[in-house]
Amino acid sequence: MMFDVSENRSGLPHKPGVGYKPQHFSDILENPGSVGWLEIHAENYMGMGGRPLAQLRHLAERFPISVHGVGLSIGGEGPLDPEHLARLKNLVSWLKPTVFSEHLAWSTHDGSYFNDLLPLPYTNDTITRVADHIDQLQEVIGRQMMLENPSSYLSFDESTWSETDFLCEVAKRTGCGLLLDVNNVFVSATNLGYDPRDYIADYPLDKVGEIHLGGHDEDEDDHGKPLLIDSHGAEIVDPVWALLDHTLSLSGSRPLLIEWDNDVPDWPILSAEADRGADALHKVLS
Amino acid sequence: MSVDQTLFRQALLDAAAPVPTGLSDGDGNPAGARFSVYRNNVAVSLTEALETGFPVIAKLLGEQNFKAIAGLFLRQSPPDVPVMMFYGAKFPDFLSEFEPIKHIGYLGDVAEIELALRRSYHAEDAAPVAADALGQIAPEHLPNVVMKLAPSVEVIPSPWPIYDIWAFNTIEGHPKPQAQAQDVIVVRAEFDPEPHPLPPGGATFTTAIAKGATLGDAAERATETAEDFDLGAALGLLLSHGALTSITLEDTA
Repeated sequence: MMFDVSENRSGLPHKPGVGYKPQHFSDILENPGSVGWLEIHAENYMGMGGRPLAQLRHLAERFPISVHGVGLSIGGEGPLDPEHLARLKNLVSWLKPTVFSEHLAWSTHDGSYFNDLLPLPYTNDTITRVADHIDQLQEVIGRQMMLENPSSYLSFDESTWSETDFLCEVAKRTGCGLLLDVNNVFVSATNLGYDPRDYIADYPLDKVGEIHLGGHDEDEDDHGKPLLIDSHGAEIVDPVWALLDHTLSLSGSRPLLIEWDNDVPDWPILSAEADRGADALHKVLS
Repeated sequence: MSVDQTLFRQALLDAAAPVPTGLSDGDGNPAGARFSVYRNNVAVSLTEALETGFPVIAKLLGEQNFKAIAGLFLRQSPPDVPVMMFYGAKFPDFLSEFEPIKHIGYLGDVAEIELALRRSYHAEDAAPVAADALGQIAPEHLPNVVMKLAPSVEVIPSPWPIYDIWAFNTIEGHPKPQAQAQDVIVVRAEFDPEPHPLPPGGATFTTAIAKGATLGDAAERATETAEDFDLGAALGLLLSHGALTSITLEDTA
């Protein structure tokens, strides 16, 4: 099955969304501010019942929901886990989210799951494998997915494709959409020593159905060079906001997600980040 | 050279292993400490998941010991499913069998409470019967009643005072545990599971009910294990916490 990338791409409102955290449940309902949609991690809603599912059902009546998978291991060398595919299918079937997305990464090998997004070499073999897995997922859940670019801390000597060409080729073969994480671009560009604007220039922006923004930590490598860590545990830094402005000036407005997964702040702080995202979107709408 | 995922995984879980060659920074230098980002992400995130899932164990062992033990456990038993709410099912057994802490006999059973609380939190919803539902049944029929437990109910038998150990480390002002055996039931009235100590025979009774025994049979088995088994108290505990989802009369024909 081939999935069309339609003109309006994702169907999410071109407004800021936030990664949903249970501690913000009441705040979001009472005082959503500029937040127009919510994103959840698929794997947090794979229980049989209880509060998580009750809250999600409640939120889904009020907000468009994006389901973001973190555990499928699309880049894994082994086959996709059929039980996990079934869990995803079940979630997507009852929740009917507006969009579904996953990562260009692997996280499971030989039956063990490492709870991290691990890197891939960009080779012909990897393209074939990733495309096959995306075909399979889209078939199982019966809809298009979006694939997110990773944060890189190192590169594989064996890579023969640039990341942007790789993503473009995968999208072409599978009909999947792309999720552009601007913070990941900034992190990877800093870590691997290239200009993030060159990456954006090469990126197939017409396939982007959603943009992610988040905070990162700063460290150093063995040679004293900056090493940024994609932590989702802090405010978004100014250079990343600037890269967002640059990206939006080329792509036009897009659904924009603020991710804050660790050291989660009180709602007013996250809400203020969403307001800043709304301002960035206004600039390209006016 | 090609770095496959088997090679990557070995170096990921073994901090003493060399970083695979074929991984570089942007300038063509070997990746070196950059590989540690992945090592840290895995070890830290799994340790945090265990800390969140087993807060009383973390308190009992102290932060440093807990981190060291979690580090050993996560390398021996990384998650086998990419759903973190399920992670740590093998942790109680690990705590019971790990030589340096084996003498702290109650750790495994206390960990079972914490695991049961988490399973209960995510268990399927089920509407409970009314607290007076048994009152609708004629007394002579009571022994033939079959009851269904809510999916969120869990029973943890133990020769240790595990409820008091759990409560002493969780509830402000709870009295110090005294040496005694304590069986625990976890119930979830709406969304928040809570453990309760079971009276003598209560674990046998509840487990028999869970397996489909009639009220009469379950009470008989409970009395065999504990002479002073109090049926009224056991039923009261289940009914008042919404632990029963159906009460039916078994066909005695």
